[in-house]
Amino acid sequence: MAELSREEIARYSRHLILEEVGMEGQTKLKNSSVLCVGTGGLGSPLLLYLAAAGVGRIGIVDFDVVDASNLQRQIIHGTSTVGQRKVVSARDRIRDLNPHVQVHIYEEPFSSDNALRICQPYDVVVDGTDNFPTRYLVNDACVILGKPNVYGSIFKFEGQASVFNYQGGPNYRDLYPEPPPPGLVPSCAEGGVLGVLPGLIGTIQATETIKILLGKGTTLSGRLLLFDAMNMKFRELRLRPDPDAKPITTLIDYDQFCGVPRREGSREEAPTISGSFDRLTVAEIKHKLDSGWKPFVLDVRGQSEWNIVNIGADALIPHADVGTRLSEVPRDREILVHCKLGGRSSQACQVLAANGYRVTNMEGGITAWAKEIDPRLPTY
Amino acid sequence: MPVHISIPTALRGYAAGAATVAVEANTAGAALDALCAAHPGLANHLRTADGKLRSFVNVYKGEDDIRHLERDATALVDGDTLTIVPSIAGGLRG
Repeated sequence: MAELSREEIARYSRHLILEEVGMEGQTKLKNSSVLCVGTGGLGSPLLLYLAAAGVGRIGIVDFDVVDASNLQRQIIHGTSTVGQRKVVSARDRIRDLNPHVQVHIYEEPFSSDNALRICQPYDVVVDGTDNFPTRYLVNDACVILGKPNVYGSIFKFEGQASVFNYQGGPNYRDLYPEPPPPGLVPSCAEGGVLGVLPGLIGTIQATETIKILLGKGTTLSGRLLLFDAMNMKFRELRLRPDPDAKPITTLIDYDQFCGVPRREGSREEAPTISGSFDRLTVAEIKHKLDSGWKPFVLDVRGQSEWNIVNIGADALIPHADVGTRLSEVPRDREILVHCKLGGRSSQACQVLAANGYRVTNMEGGITAWAKEIDPRLPTY
Repeated sequence: MPVHISIPTALRGYAAGAATVAVEANTAGAALDALCAAHPGLANHLRTADGKLRSFVNVYKGEDDIRHLERDATALVDGDTLTIVPSIAGGLRG
């Protein structure tokens, strides 16, 4: 085991004087390794605290670049790194914080082809992902490799955290055997998230990771922690292995498992939705409008989103309310529906089509409109 | 006295924004039925077409998942609380 240097002893003194950490625990941290999947809202505080705490080797997987809209919560990145690859931005910040930490970066989409190879060299894997396919992939890879998976998830003002697959405890599939089909659960990009919320949940994940590495304390294994920032309430639910769960022995196609449509040009392969309606790109819509098409434009976002930017729709009805507010939608006109990215509007289209309306969905939503048709509009 | 059902943020839009809904029911299944009757938009999010609880929605009586109790038949008494906890991904897709 590599021992602590003179500089490291000075740096970690507040740990070293804690009986529960001490020289022995700090040396364990130095000789331990953690893989963080994702360097977003959860990964940011997690990586900063693990690096500061002196975890010897940290792996980071991400395939994204830093965007200005990340900085409201992704505190490992900065204004000066907007446009940089996230793994590079995070690595440089960690090196500045603690040069004693080795950082390995994986700038590739985390997939069934590479997950086992990437996870294998680490003691603990932390799930800082933002989507269902990757969550199930992280879980299954950890189960197959026998590694603890430190879980966190956030939405608006609420968070969840737990420790999976640790000392025979339950895993993510015991909590949720299957993912929701696309569209039934709103995303943070559409629902928003309080910036400090991932800070809290990511810091809880860092705490659990350090306890596992030290072998101290009682972890969240077997417990699901729920956090409600708005009412500042913590709750705990009991989590048990599911006796009906199928054993996890191999990685699968997680995009297919989660019903995620194939990329680009995939209109025909989009998830099957009853009630038929048209799906047009913003370029196709612009062309039709310029040729005299006059649909009734329905915005199905929330009022707060409308206040940021709107394209002068004829009506604003949040997508969840469309079914109960049909009287506000004229039956004698074609209806063009949009939201921010196209997900909620396709749900609304489904409801309208099932009620006999002639409906078109704006693929890519107002974000695509702002990027491709009217760049003066702000995006969010 | 009713039982209280705690509605998660992600589904409040289908329950007129309510954080909790009070219903009269003796079992978890009857409580969810009453909830869906009061807020029909929730039904598709909680149950499949054949009436089973969706696999990405958990319902807890106190601290325990009703799947580990008696499922829909889980007995409730006045003052009990059911908590609905859907899976959340925390990100851009969906």
